[in-house]
Amino acid sequence: MIANGRVFKYGDNIDTDVIIPARYLNVSEPAELAAHCMEDIDKDFIKNVKEGDIIVAGKNFGCGSSREHAPIAIKKAGISVVIAKTYARIFYRNAINIGLAIMECDEAVDGIDDGDMVTVDFDTGIIKNQTKNQIYKGQSFPPFIQDIIKSGGLLPYMSTL
Amino acid sequence: MGMTMTQKILADHAGKTEVKAGELIMADLDLVLGNDVTTPVAVKEYIKAGAKDIFDKDKVVIVLDHFTPNKDIKAAEQCVISRKFAKEQEITNFYDVGSMGIEHCLLPEKGLVVPGNAVIGADSHTCTYGALGAFSTGIGSTDMAAGMMKGKTWFKVPAAIKFNLTGKLNKWVSGKDVILHIIGMIGVDGALYKSMEFTGEGLESLSMDDRFTIANMAIEAGGKNGIFDVDEKTLEYIREHAPGKSYKIYKADEDAEYEELYNIDLSEIKPAVAFPHLPENVKTIDEIEDIKIDQVVIGSCTNGRISDLRTAAEIMKGKKVADGVRAIVIPGTRDVQLQAIKEGLAEIFIEAGAVFSTPTCGPCLGGHMGILAKGERAVSTTNRNFVGRMGHPESEVYLAGPAVAAASAVSGKISAPEDC
Ligand code: SF4
Repeated sequence: MIANGRVFKYGDNIDTDVIIPARYLNVSEPAELAAHCMEDIDKDFIKNVKEGDIIVAGKNFGCGSSREHAPIAIKKAGISVVIAKTYARIFYRNAINIGLAIMECDEAVDGIDDGDMVTVDFDTGIIKNQTKNQIYKGQSFPPFIQDIIKSGGLLPYMSTL
Repeated sequence: MGMTMTQKILADHAGKTEVKAGELIMADLDLVLGNDVTTPVAVKEYIKAGAKDIFDKDKVVIVLDHFTPNKDIKAAEQCVISRKFAKEQEITNFYDVGSMGIEHCLLPEKGLVVPGNAVIGADSHTCTYGALGAFSTGIGSTDMAAGMMKGKTWFKVPAAIKFNLTGKLNKWVSGKDVILHIIGMIGVDGALYKSMEFTGEGLESLSMDDRFTIANMAIEAGGKNGIFDVDEKTLEYIREHAPGKSYKIYKADEDAEYEELYNIDLSEIKPAVAFPHLPENVKTIDEIEDIKIDQVVIGSCTNGRISDLRTAAEIMKGKKVADGVRAIVIPGTRDVQLQAIKEGLAEIFIEAGAVFSTPTCGPCLGGHMGILAKGERAVSTTNRNFVGRMGHPESEVYLAGPAVAAASAVSGKISAPEDC
C-alpha cells in the first residue's frame, strides 16, 4: 500500500476537540463530521484537503476524549495517513479500528514542512519527501494492520477472517 | 534481547517466539469482558457488522454492575440489550442482579482468569487481573465487538517499568497505599502505554487482595496493564477459585528491557490519601490537617473485597459513624457480601450507623447509591477523584484505603487509623 499527497502540518498535542469540536458531535454521519475537521486551528483545511493528502504533527496527537469521531472525521476528509511523533493511546487504537493509517516517525515530523509532497510506503515504512528530496525510515505495517486499513476497519476485517 | 512478562504472554498469544516494544501484533484472547454500559454499544456494532455467533460462549463475560439494580429507565433499557444478547448467544458467564458483583472483583473470584491469560475488557479497570499474572487491559466497545467475533485483537506491544518490592507493609497499610504512593511518585501519565511489572521479595507479604488493588489502579498511572509475578499465594488462590483449570506461569527474562526501575520498600509506605482532583495528588496521612467530610464510601473494584471490609470493620467495631457523616459500605460481590454477613462484619457496619448495600459500582462513578451535592466532601476507597466523578462538579473526592476511610467515618474528618 502506498499513500501519496500534500502535507498539512500541525504542532504538538492536537487534541480531539481540535480535530472535531464537541459542538458537532450531535451528528455521527462521517461526511458531516469531516466538514468541521480541524476547523478550530485551520479553517481552510477542509477547503484545501484532497483525497490522499497527509497530516503531519508533533507529540501526543489525538489526546483528550476517547471519541471515535476524531479519526472518522480525518479519514472521511480524505487523509490517507497521519504521521506524528506519538499518539494518545486511545486515538491510536481508534484510528486503526476505523481503518485510518497512522505512523510514528520523529525524523519525518522534523524534516517535513507544511505543503511538502510526501509518499509513504506501508510495506517498507519508507517515507519519501518529494519536495525536499529526503527519505525517512518509519515502521512498516504488518500485513494484518494493512488488511484492517484496507477493509475499512477492525470489524469489517474480522468479518473476513 | 529478553522479554518482559507481558511481552512473553503477548508473544505466545500471537504465535511468535519474540516480540519487541512498539511492535503491532494480532493475538488470541482467553476472555472478552463487557459491562452494562459498554456491552450495548458493542452489541450494536456487532450486529451492524453482520456478525452471527460469538467465538466461544464460555469466553465472553458480561456483568451488569454499573447502574444495577437498575437505577432508572435508561439503565433498565440498556440492561435489556445485554440480557437479550447474552440469551441469544447462550453466554455462560452472564451475571445479572442476584449473581453479579463488580466485574473486576467477580471475574477472579469465579476463577475466570488464570495466570498467563490474555484478557480484554470494555472497561478501563480490566487491568486488575494482572494480579494473577495475566495480561489484561481495557479497550473500547469496537474492540469488544471484534473480540467477541473472533477471539482475537491487535495490540501494540508495550514497553515496561519494573517495580521491585522489598520489605513488608505495616499495620493499617494496604495495597491501596502502595499504589497511591506509586502514582504520587510517577504521576497520572507516568506509565503511559507501558506495562507496570511488580516483582521482588516484598510480594510475599502482599495478599491477593492487595495485589488486585494495586493492579487495578495501573490505569490511573496511564499504564496499559499492571502485572505481578506468580508465586505460591497466586497458586493458592487459583486452587481455591479455579481448581483444575490449566494455567501458564510466565517470568520475565533476566535481560528483559525496562525503561525504568523503581525500588520500593513496603515498610516505608504510610497510609496515603489522594486529594482532589487527580489520583497523583497524594499526601501521607501525617501531612494532612483537619479536613471535615460528609460521606465515606467503602467498596468498588479497587477495595470492595473481603479483606477491605475486614479492615474497615476492625476499626468501626463498637464505634459510631460521626454525626453528619453518611457511611456507605458496598461489598464487591455476592460472595463478599455473604462472607461479610457470616463473619458479623455487616452487623458491625450497621450497628455503627453505616449502610450495607448489595454489590454495585454505584457511587464510584457518580451513578447512584451516594451522589455528592455541591461543596460536599467524601473519603472513598474507589480509584478516581476527577472533577464531578461522584456527583456535583463542585464536590470533592479523597481517595484512600479502607483503614483511613473507616477511621474517617468514625472521626468525621480525614484521619489516621490509630487516631480513632
Ligand atoms: S467500581 Fe468504579 S472503577 Fe470499578 S468498574 Fe465500577 S465504576 Fe468502574
